[in-house]
Formats: sequence, C-alpha cells, structure tokens
Amino acid sequence: MLDLRNVSKLFNPGTFDEKVALMDVQLSMKPGDFITVIGSNGAGKSTLMNIISGVMKPDTGEVRIDHRDIQQLPEFKRSQWIGRVFQDPMAGTAPHMTIEENLAMAYARGKRRGLSIGVTSRKRSMFREQLNRLGIGLEDRLRAKVGLLSGGERQALSLLMATFTRPQILLLDEHTAALDPARAELITKLTQDIVQEMKLTTLMVTHNMEQAIRLGNRLIMMDKGRIILDVNEERKKNLTVEQLLGEFEQISGRKLADDRMVLGL
Amino acid sequence: MVSSLIGAVELGLIYAIMALGVYITFRILDFPDLTVDGSFATGGAIAAVMISHGYSPWLVSLLAFAGGLAAGACTGLLHTKGKINGLLSGILMMIALYSINMRILDKPNVSVYGEDTVFTSISPLVLMPFVVIAIKLLLDLFLHTDLGLSLRATGDNARMIRSFGANTDNTTILGISISNGLVALSGALIAQQSGFADITMGVGMIVIGLASVIIGEAIFGAGSVFRATFAVLLGSIVYRIVVALALRVEWMEASDLKLITAVIVIIALVFPSVQRSIKQKSAARRRSAELATLASKKSIGGDY
Repeated sequence: MLDLRNVSKLFNPGTFDEKVALMDVQLSMKPGDFITVIGSNGAGKSTLMNIISGVMKPDTGEVRIDHRDIQQLPEFKRSQWIGRVFQDPMAGTAPHMTIEENLAMAYARGKRRGLSIGVTSRKRSMFREQLNRLGIGLEDRLRAKVGLLSGGERQALSLLMATFTRPQILLLDEHTAALDPARAELITKLTQDIVQEMKLTTLMVTHNMEQAIRLGNRLIMMDKGRIILDVNEERKKNLTVEQLLGEFEQISGRKLADDRMVLGL
Repeated sequence: MVSSLIGAVELGLIYAIMALGVYITFRILDFPDLTVDGSFATGGAIAAVMISHGYSPWLVSLLAFAGGLAAGACTGLLHTKGKINGLLSGILMMIALYSINMRILDKPNVSVYGEDTVFTSISPLVLMPFVVIAIKLLLDLFLHTDLGLSLRATGDNARMIRSFGANTDNTTILGISISNGLVALSGALIAQQSGFADITMGVGMIVIGLASVIIGEAIFGAGSVFRATFAVLLGSIVYRIVVALALRVEWMEASDLKLITAVIVIIALVFPSVQRSIKQKSAARRRSAELATLASKKSIGGDY
C-alpha cells in the first residue's frame, strides 16, 4: 500500500546546522496495517509524515502509494489518497467557517471543486449522521463556527473529516498530544473505532508508549532519522513499556528522552 | 444638502462594487492587495477609450471587468508562483499598470462627455441598486459553492484545505482575479458616471476600499458571508456620506480627503485591539483583587 525506499532527508545541508532528519528509511505498509511510531525528540517522526504527505520532498529515495510513484506530486494532489490529522487542534479545520462547511470541504476530497453548492440538504443529513457517531453533540451545531469548539471537539471533527471519505492512507501526527488526558482518551477511542470499522491503513505517531503498544498491529521506533526497531503483531501483544525502554537503551546506547514522552497511563 | 447626500449615495453604490472586491482579498484571502489602485484606473481607461470609440457601454463594462481579472491574475501569479511577498506583488502590479493604463488612454485623461453610457437612459440612482445587489448575491452564492468554500478556506487555514486536495495557489489567483475584476468594473462605471477617465483616478483606492469594509463591518456586523457583503455595501455608502459631510466643513479642502480616509482606517484598525487590551487588563486587575481578598480572609480566619 505505502512503500518508502531508501528515503533520506537532510536539513540545512552543508551548513553548520546540518541535521540528518531521515537516513535511508525503508518502510512498507500492507493494506489495513495500523502502525504506531515512537521515538525521541528529533528522531524524524514528523519528517516522515511530511515526506509521505508531500509537504517535503526527500533528498533521495522514493515514495509509492499503491505502486504509484507519487514522488513528483505536490501535497494537494496526494491528498486524494492521504487523510491527515495534525497535532495542533487548530490545524485541521477552518475556524471562521461552520461545521457543515468544513465537512463539505472534507467531503470534496479527490473530487473536482466546481460551482455546485457546497452544503446541500442531502449532504447535511449525511453530515449529521456522521457527527452523531462521534457522540459529542456536534450534530446539533452544524451551523456553529468551528472556532467556537473546544480543542477536543475540534480534534474529533478533524478526525472525522480526515477519515469519512475513506482515504487509502491515514496519517495521525501526535493528534492527541495537545489534549487533556480525558479528551485524549476519547480521541484515541474514536481513532480505534474508526480505523477498525473502515479498515484504514494507518500510520500514527505518538509520544505515549502505552498507547503505542495498545493500538495497532505493528510498532516502529525511530532514532536519529532511522528506524531502529520494528515490532510485529505477535511480539507486540506481549510487549511492555519497560521492555520497549530497555530495547531502546540497548540499541542506541542511551536513555530514551522526549520532553513530552508519556510512559503509560 | 439633500442633493449632495443623494450624490453620495450614488457614488457609494458604484464604489460598493470596488469595496466588494477589496473584501475578497482583504477579508476572505487575508491578502492586502494594492493592485486595486492600478486596476481601478485600468477599468476606467478601458471604458472611456472604448466608449469614445462608439462601443456599447454594456460590452465595455464587461471588458473592463475582464481587464481587471487579468491584472489580478498577474498579481496572483507573482505571489504564488513567483513567491513574492503579497504586498510587494501588489505594488509591482500597481506600478506596471500605471504604464499600461497610460498606453490605453494615450493621454492623461479621456472624456466620454456626450457619449452613450450605461447611465444615459437610466439614472445611476435607479440602475445601481439592482446591479450592486445582483453582484452581491452572485458573490454570496459563489462563496457557498465547493470552489467558493475552498477559496474561503485558503484565507482561513491554507494548510487544512491543502490536506483535503485543494490547490491553494489556484484559489488565491482566482480570488485576486475576481477581486480586481470587480474593482475594474467599478472604475468603468465611475468613468461613465463622471464623464471621464483619468490616469490618477485609482490613487488611494485601496484605502477607500478598506475604509468601506471596516466601517461596514463595524456598524453592521459580519457574522455570515451574506451579512458581511451586505455590510460592505452599506459601508461604502456610509463612507461617501461621511465624505460629503466632511466636504461641507468650511476649513476643509477636497485634497484633505485622503488624509481623512487614512485616519478613519487607522482608527478602525487600532481601536479594536486597544479595546481588547484594556478589557483584558481590567479583567485581570479585578480577578487579582478578588484572589487577594480571598487570600487575606483566609489568613485572618486561620482556622485550619
């Protein structure tokens, strides 16, 4: 489904600030895979997301979706296959537009945006039904401006908008990191339900070790731009946070450090 | 007095089309577009020259609109594909258009006095309300289409709409084009109403447009698109009435107008942020006083 071959990316090449963001990364996802990604600060997790979504271009290597070479496609063209939820709850929605208008824009993913009316009554009832699944009462506030919603509500809406057109790949970039624990748990639960129900091929970056182990069928750990550990479904079932920390120390020779790292609940 | 007020409403209606254009760039795209000063005169120049050559004034107005579209597209291309700062791309086009407008006019001003204009058989006061309302409603409708939604999202959260597959370069270029099309149309109608087009007729137009948008929003609110465009129309008329009244003050000269306009815009831009910071300060002061009394009560009570 998603293939990264020998992908490398340098920041500020040839200068004093040169930094290896990704070094020769190989990653292959099968349809329906749900991979969680953990790693310390500057391990290259976000760069990986940005390279897949097309925000950045790799210096070398190639990115394929469903065997299509998408190397040359800009972000907005890749969007027809890739749904994305950002860490910042403000990033995934347009604050001065209404909930239904935001949903209409998400619904138009992969379609030509023409002169037909964005929010029709048929779409509106469909949106209401979809919002109902979130279980947070947004279905009664279709005409409210999204800027009025709380961070948790906006992130739930972002998740719905990113997924309800069934993208081939779903990228979740620490999408619960900016929320309080209760909200984060709600969004995690919604994520799990939606991914499972729609069988979405998902790549989720998280700073929560326990979450990384609990969710998904595969776990990868990154450090200094490389994938240093790849845990398959079977091994992942019995994995503990302590084991994971131990593995990291053994491979990289230092303790795992991330200022936002959460070891467990 | 009454006649000057009627004149103000008439001008306000024609300039309202320009203000709607400024609303698109300034408010929807969040892009302060200075092309306006050039494209307004482009519209006027196209209208005056073609009408004096005997073309139909309706066709001419339409062509002026198209001229504005082209000018706006150039600014949009400079900004998106050329990656030139937004203000600078507008300034560059404004300067370039000065030469182009001079080429169109061939002399500093062209009169259409006595020629057939759209206002020959119908007075502007009768015709313009229909034209302006029609343009406003069409714009409202467009901003609610799929394309219009992505145009609005481009100004609101470009990263978000890109992640849903819209090409924000294209929507930006489209928005700036439509904006300048409306501005040029307004220029064409002003040339027909006043009977001439002048190379300097666009000077300061962006500030007048901003003033109309800001005054309109301040007085009439801007909750929805429908309401905001309506507010812009009324803002344009109110601005012209203010100007008409200001001109009646004895010691004021017509050339002071631009200064007055700039002051209006400055007040309108500064006032909300000053108001906000005063509110925040007083709220903070009240709350700290509250907490302080609470703390002192506790220490006096001392019953732990």
